[in-house]
Amino acid sequence: MSLPPPDPEGRRPKTVTAGRVGVYAFLVISAAFFLIPLWVMLMTSLKPMEEIRLGNIFSLPKLWTIDPWISAWSGACTGLECHGISVGFMNSVQILIPSVILSIAIGAVTGYALSFWRVKGANVMFGCLLLGAFIPYQVFIYPLVRLFAATGLYNSLLCVVVVHVIFGLPLMTLLFRNFYQGIPIDLFKAARVDGGSFWSIFLNVILPMSAPIIIVATILQVTGIWNDFLFGVAFAGRENLPMTVQLNNIVNSMQGERRYNVDMAATLLTALVPLAVYFLSGRWFVRGIAAGAVKG
Amino acid sequence: MNGVNVKDVSVAFGALKVIDGLSLDIAEGEFIVLLGPSGCGKSTLLNAIAGLLDVEEGKILIGGRNVTWEEPKDRSIAMVFQSYALYPRMSVRQNMSFGLKMAKTPRADIETRVTRAAEMLQITHLLDRRPDQLSGGQRQRVAIGRALVRDAAVFLFDEPLSNLDAQLRNELRLEIKRLHMELGSTTMIYVTHDQIEAMTLADRIAVMKDREIQQLGAPDELYHRPANLFVAGFVGSPKMNFLEGRIAAGASGLMFENDTVSLSLPDDVCAAPPAPGQAVTLGVRPEHIALDGGTWDGFRVDIVEPLGADALVWARRDRTSIQLRVTTDEPVKVGTPVALAPDPRRANLFDTETGRRL
Ligand SMILES: Nc1ncnc2c1ncn2[C@@H]1O[C@H](COP(=O)(O)OP(=O)(O)OP(=O)(O)O)[C@@H](O)[C@H]1O
Ligand SMILES: [Mg+2]
Repeated sequence: MSLPPPDPEGRRPKTVTAGRVGVYAFLVISAAFFLIPLWVMLMTSLKPMEEIRLGNIFSLPKLWTIDPWISAWSGACTGLECHGISVGFMNSVQILIPSVILSIAIGAVTGYALSFWRVKGANVMFGCLLLGAFIPYQVFIYPLVRLFAATGLYNSLLCVVVVHVIFGLPLMTLLFRNFYQGIPIDLFKAARVDGGSFWSIFLNVILPMSAPIIIVATILQVTGIWNDFLFGVAFAGRENLPMTVQLNNIVNSMQGERRYNVDMAATLLTALVPLAVYFLSGRWFVRGIAAGAVKG
Repeated sequence: MNGVNVKDVSVAFGALKVIDGLSLDIAEGEFIVLLGPSGCGKSTLLNAIAGLLDVEEGKILIGGRNVTWEEPKDRSIAMVFQSYALYPRMSVRQNMSFGLKMAKTPRADIETRVTRAAEMLQITHLLDRRPDQLSGGQRQRVAIGRALVRDAAVFLFDEPLSNLDAQLRNELRLEIKRLHMELGSTTMIYVTHDQIEAMTLADRIAVMKDREIQQLGAPDELYHRPANLFVAGFVGSPKMNFLEGRIAAGASGLMFENDTVSLSLPDDVCAAPPAPGQAVTLGVRPEHIALDGGTWDGFRVDIVEPLGADALVWARRDRTSIQLRVTTDEPVKVGTPVALAPDPRRANLFDTETGRRL
């Protein structure tokens, strides 16, 4: 005779189900999948070349060294010049800051106009923007190069910033529009009755409510623009090549022996900004993606 | 001159005409309630008056001035919304002064007006809070305060009390009524679903349905002399009883009859005497039928709903079910046979075909 089940009382006992085990297994495997390469890169960047030649790519360095990092930052050669990747870093920052600020500012205003003001042909315009968000960039490059060459802007900081702003606009507008669709229209009506104009309503009422979406937009734009390679190569000109392009030039530089530790250090340095953004804002980032997915 | 004149106004969303050639003249200082089923265009009309929606045709005059093409801010209106619509990132004080700031009112002037409005609505202690730190009732007070500081000629309310619980609703309803009396010459247009709000607040009620105003009149008039079957059924709770039948032929005087009941009516029940045999609908309000001692016999008490002060009783005979409001101290027992006594002077006759009052 078996005992009757106990009367349920208090906290429910925790049970381990097969589904839960499966979920965790999946999470662990995918985390490992992304973490192992990172580990290998980090270890390699901290070893001298002699140790690397031995081949134990997973092992901790026997002799720790940060020389590869210093070399990558300020000494590595791209072709004939040997200033490391620091030049690219400054260029990337110079491209990043105006591009992020401008694309978000313009995206917010267009998203606001499309959501609240009965702009003539708003739907058509929105459709075009959507389309713009999905057409591969490569299609536009050649015409744009010709266009900029004709205006004399080609191969300048301004040129690459303008390109980033233009191509960031569809996504930014979409993001802000979706966010603003969630704001009750009555709020806008009240502001209109109170005598707010296009700009005063935006600045006084709508913008102060936009902090969450501005954070999301900043994360998307910072990582996107920092990681860009194509526009940098095509539009920035030799003086303003961003860090990603510089990295490529260092890694693919054909002179002398291949210094894997320097390459790895340079790569990690380049990835530092997006990595920092992800780590500092993980929660917001997920929230933004979710908001976009649910409402979009 | 704070009157509002809506002249032949049509409003459309794309191909859908929501309001069609509607006219409404509202006198200065009048309290007009727009009443009607959901989706009949009440909010649309209010938004059109406010200038938040463009009209397709017709014109709108406020204080005798044609404002059809003017911006909302230039119409001398203030508006209160069901959802409060307070600016979430501003304090109560900033919420109330936003409109004045936009109008470039001197700061000292803003200060006095906000203080005065806050005192009128007893929200002085809330001035430095943010909207999310307020209860629903307090939020709506602030929203009314925000309208108040504008010194508008016309107040527009779109179901301002619908999100509040019953008690707060009563309280704020009274507040709005008091406000209207204090402001004197300010015109108010008020949208609601709530019968009690409509009856208690309105100088005149406009009942809307099907893109049109069905009847416009004082609450009393709507209640006692509804212009058609829709208004008769819509105004008053519990609903008016409707009995389909005809005008009896050959009787002396006016007489309603159907297979179950008949009722002889005084001549002044209808404006124009209907022809004998005409299909008509008799409407009698539940409170105008006595439970017993009348000529409508063969009924039995079916359901009793005690409400405290009085009780609602359903009496039934075959397929005819009639609702009455009974004020007696003795409880009414289900199953009791009764002979209902409708008050013929309070009866309403409608043409069954057109639904119009006869
Ligand atoms: N922006 C819009 N686009 C298209 N149709 C609309 C729009 N706003 C309202 N309508 C339609 O217009 C009609 C009237 O809407 P309105 O909001 O004026 O109704 P209402 O009387 O205020 O209803 P409720 O009592 O539910 O608030 C409805 O049929 C509605 O579907
Ligand atoms: Mg409405």
